Amino acid sequence: MAAPFDLNDDSVIVVIGTGAGGGVLSNELAQRGVSVVALEAGGRYLPEDYVNDEWESFGQLAWLDARTTSGDWRVAKDFSGLPAWIVKAVGGTTTHWAGASLRFQDHEWKAKTNYGPVQGANLLDWPIDGAEMAPWYDLAEKKLGVTRTNGIPGLPGCNNYKVFEAGAKALGYEEVHTGRMAINSEENDGRSACQQTGFCFQGCKWGAKWSAAYTDIPRGEATGNLEVRAKAHVQRIEHGADGRVNAVIYVDENGVEHKQMARAVCVAGNSFESPRLLLNSATSMYPDGLANSSGQVGRNYMRHLTGSVYGVFDKPVKMWRGTTMAGIMQDEARLDPSRGFVGGYELETLSLGLPFMAAFLDPGGWGREFTTALDSYENMAGMWIVGEDMPQETNRVTLNHDVKDQFGMPVANVHYSDHPNDRAMRDHAYKQGMAIYDAVGATRSFPTPPYPSTHNLGTNRMSENPRDGVVNRNGRTHDIENLFISDGSQFTTGAAENPTLTIVALAIRQAEHIAGELSRGAL
Amino acid sequence: MTDVKTRKGLTRRELLSRAVAAGATFVVGAGYVASTDAAWALETTAIKPETMATLIQMARDIYPHDHVADEYYAIAVKGYDSAEAAPAVEVGIAALNAAAMGKGYADYLSIGWERDRVDILRSLEDSAFFQQVRGGLVTGLYNQKAVWPLFGYEGESFSKGGYIDRGFDDINWL
Repeated sequence: MAAPFDLNDDSVIVVIGTGAGGGVLSNELAQRGVSVVALEAGGRYLPEDYVNDEWESFGQLAWLDARTTSGDWRVAKDFSGLPAWIVKAVGGTTTHWAGASLRFQDHEWKAKTNYGPVQGANLLDWPIDGAEMAPWYDLAEKKLGVTRTNGIPGLPGCNNYKVFEAGAKALGYEEVHTGRMAINSEENDGRSACQQTGFCFQGCKWGAKWSAAYTDIPRGEATGNLEVRAKAHVQRIEHGADGRVNAVIYVDENGVEHKQMARAVCVAGNSFESPRLLLNSATSMYPDGLANSSGQVGRNYMRHLTGSVYGVFDKPVKMWRGTTMAGIMQDEARLDPSRGFVGGYELETLSLGLPFMAAFLDPGGWGREFTTALDSYENMAGMWIVGEDMPQETNRVTLNHDVKDQFGMPVANVHYSDHPNDRAMRDHAYKQGMAIYDAVGATRSFPTPPYPSTHNLGTNRMSENPRDGVVNRNGRTHDIENLFISDGSQFTTGAAENPTLTIVALAIRQAEHIAGELSRGAL
Repeated sequence: MTDVKTRKGLTRRELLSRAVAAGATFVVGAGYVASTDAAWALETTAIKPETMATLIQMARDIYPHDHVADEYYAIAVKGYDSAEAAPAVEVGIAALNAAAMGKGYADYLSIGWERDRVDILRSLEDSAFFQQVRGGLVTGLYNQKAVWPLFGYEGESFSKGGYIDRGFDDINWL
């Protein structure tokens, strides 16, 4: 039973966004008896609504509102209006994510200390560490039903994984397995086991993959403490003369503007929309945007390298059959500067259907070099590179005042240029990825350039010192005590691991913090 | 196929009696383009049939797949046969023909070797027209469900229960 809260009810916590951060936070707060209004820009889609057709699904789920790009990344040339492939829907990008659920390695929480000075990088240690996060990771893994944790068996390996595993093991890699996945290998939590259907990116029609859309959201609503307003597009956050935020302005699906009063506001709109919202909420009291006394709002944008390697063989692979991200090689995730870079990377299998392979294999490519690759689509295997890219102050989300969205608000411009460490790591990963396929007889392989980003991190980063970042160890903004950041934008550094499990763990932890503050009368 | 089909009055004999051959591949008549074996024909309304024939060849030269028949390329570009798109297409194809003539050919379609046509396309690669046609083909060609089986791609599998019992791990050559 969804709880209808009044627009003038200033006792509610308003959460903006319902993905891995906002969706989980909303439910966790509701479970603790806190009244929550969650504002979601997208619509509500459930497994029966998902479409197993790449372009049609993209039109249904992807965030397609205007954005602009700059910098030397190829995405700015190939997909200038689409810097990210993320979702606009209740449940956010947990609809689209592949399910890889990895904990940070301990050393990654303290990148500045452990990597040493890296010229041009704005490295910083997280104010929290692996020991402090361990119990929250435990809760996150239980919530998501992660395979290879809590006695849950790993998923079986599909063809794409078998090629990858054979090649990786032939090279001597040892940490090669079908991953820690938030995809059921057996029935769990009232949800089906994986049927190896493919199309994990288009929303799991079996519900075998964890998504906030059909777990945390309805469970939060069932408490009576959570009201999710879909197609509620937030424009700005307002504050009072005391500097505390007190309301959120949004436009509903009929174009009508509303003002929801709030006791506190938690921003979880992904690493583009969250800083954009803070910047678009500038006032005479906060002329540089909310919570931006450090000047760090929007800065230090990170995206996890995201190159790919595809290999072609002389016999069929049929990589599209089965789990999209079906396995992982973790040996290169270690810290080993002798490779010529700091940080590490994971290699994870990936498959695309023919339509998206044509769009992403070599964007802009044409002629026989391109088409002979697609001619071998059936014989192709694929993997994705997830590596820690360096935070740089100049890689940032800013407002583009020349381009307005459908509501007349300046859109986000996303500027990104590779750091030399990023290039060195990606080149290493390309080389190792191609070697993996060569080891099992690839006749040709392709170092495919980065796609529009799905792992968008770091634009409201967590810092011990208010001078260095936007939020403190609890995701609370340094400047405004009842304003929180609850998504991947609070990442101080990116680590080598897919970010969702950490976003979920931080959201559970933040819910506990906020509920505690409320019960102490401190919020 | 909705728009590209063999129509009455477009038999091989009728086509050849009314049409002129454009290059080696197409038959161009009044208001239509057809394959020389009359396996398919595409009526045009806003752009000249010769322009459509050249556009289809251009599409194949951009994304050449020898096992994909012309009709799929024709389907991919038939959207340019509209009142809004026609002026730019006529100008773009005229530029293509002008570039061909600059190299001593009668027009683009009369160039026999793909590599010589591709040289022309390379010289126009940065033009808005080329990029529009190329970009449109990415979805226009590869998102045709009828094309997918030609590449072995099986599309959705949910309606068949996924691949859990249908070969998700059937690789046998490793």
